[in-house]
Amino acid sequence: MLIWYGEATTPGRLRLRGLMIAGLPLLWLVILLLLPSLTLVVIAFMQRDAYGQIVWQPSLGNLRRLMGFGLLAWSADYIIILLRSLWMALVTTVLAVVLSYPLAFFIAARPARRRYFWLALVIIPFCTNLVIRTYAWMLILSQHMPPAKLAAWLGLIPPETSLYPSAFAVYLVMVSSFLPFAALPLYTTIERLDWSVVEAARDLYAGGYRVFWHAILPQTLPGLAVAVILTFIPAMGVFVVPDLLGGAKTMLVGNLIQQQFGPSRDLPFGSALSLALMVLTLIGLFALRRRRTGAPLP
Amino acid sequence: MNKRLPWWVTCSAILALALLYLPMLAVVVFSLNDGRYGFAWRGFTLKWYAQLLHNRAILDAATNTLILAGVSTAIATPLGTLLGVGLVRFPWTGRTRRAMEFLLYLPVVTPDIVFAAAMVVAFSFLRVFSDWFEPGLATMILAHVTFQIAFVALVIQSRLATLGRTLEEAARDLYADTHQLMRRVTLPLLLPGIVAGAMLAFTLSLDDFVISFFTAGPESTTLPILIYAAVRRGITPELHALSTLVFLLTVVVALLLERLSRIAYTEPKV
Repeated sequence: MLIWYGEATTPGRLRLRGLMIAGLPLLWLVILLLLPSLTLVVIAFMQRDAYGQIVWQPSLGNLRRLMGFGLLAWSADYIIILLRSLWMALVTTVLAVVLSYPLAFFIAARPARRRYFWLALVIIPFCTNLVIRTYAWMLILSQHMPPAKLAAWLGLIPPETSLYPSAFAVYLVMVSSFLPFAALPLYTTIERLDWSVVEAARDLYAGGYRVFWHAILPQTLPGLAVAVILTFIPAMGVFVVPDLLGGAKTMLVGNLIQQQFGPSRDLPFGSALSLALMVLTLIGLFALRRRRTGAPLP
Repeated sequence: MNKRLPWWVTCSAILALALLYLPMLAVVVFSLNDGRYGFAWRGFTLKWYAQLLHNRAILDAATNTLILAGVSTAIATPLGTLLGVGLVRFPWTGRTRRAMEFLLYLPVVTPDIVFAAAMVVAFSFLRVFSDWFEPGLATMILAHVTFQIAFVALVIQSRLATLGRTLEEAARDLYADTHQLMRRVTLPLLLPGIVAGAMLAFTLSLDDFVISFFTAGPESTTLPILIYAAVRRGITPELHALSTLVFLLTVVVALLLERLSRIAYTEPKV
């Protein structure tokens, strides 16, 4: 017998009740999430026959294809695309976080009453559709608008061309789209910042950079962790932005996967790519976690 | 905290906000522009909005989007609430707890494209058993509910954490049985969290593109899919008007969500 939430009961009875309550959603998730994911992993090791059906013979063919051993000579195409996605996601995350710190400080510095207004201001784009935002940037970056004209005047691009398709456009739109994902979690920790630690650092003659690195950053680590996760994961899998703004030179894994499930009808290879993406995402997350030095303040 | 910030912090913050709002401003401005082609301002007009109302494809897509969001939210909210309550309010330990949390966080840490791929693969198998799993509204609803459950459950968990144990223990001390406890104490207290979770699920479904794109059938286009196809074909001013309307809808929902979250995350006054 134990007392749980003021009720005297046995673990067995509690477990039964818990299962009755959470059973249905758990069943749904097992059937429609766990099983499909396992199927994905299994299919990644199968092949596709000439008619698009799956050949049920486990093979490492997809894996070898990923590594570059295609029909003809070895080519690093797929590896390049995977690494490019990883790199772009990392850069996007870092830029988004760097831009989010001033934004979060700015909001935290507003008088308490006005903060909700500024927070709402950040939440609204967060809820807007990515497709709409991406094509809106297509409008802004087109050759008829000031930004492209300015870049042409500065000699950065040939005259009468748009600022897309280009890697710059992809980075720009990805950072601006994922900015709220980074800013909101960061804000929650910055709002609760203990300024006495910052004062103490200043009293000990620390300059601006050291004050940030040793007094402010460690305190924001929990929010930073969430910000990084919420930005990195979607950035790895993004496909709309490179599809509309990237052009052939900035193809990312998302586009590849979409191709396999669309025109190419190669489900096994698409599954293998998805698996590779998940693995890379986990590696990337792990790497980002270790880069943050120092422990949170006790 | 009313600190004086260094000038460059304020500047960066304003720059970040500008980056966030520039695209939407551009779309709104273009939707009111009277010119069919080109970017020169040719006068204020609402005719693109009027044209929207006669566009069959857009109206169908809008209906599909709302039906999809509505039905999936209606299914996911109760399921997510049950999951959230079931995970927090019971003493699960060790492997059971880890397994449940794994299932809960899986949709959150997977990039949507991987999730969409898994759905397509799953449905292509289930299609053998039943016609229901042909790409269409049904498969989209199933896919949406699956990721919405996780998010609703997370919101409910936060709300439960804020509520704490005291009120439920007090109810138990006053001889409430489980049914009374759930109906008269837990559920009413949970209500702001449930509504916030529902709105979050609704917004996620409205805005979803990748998952819908992969699981959609020929008859079940949603607005994001329509907009994507239209952008690839060629941008027209009607698109700007449509996007502005979608944006306005999202703003309203977002503001409601923010309001509700504020209520949901404050402690109940006892």
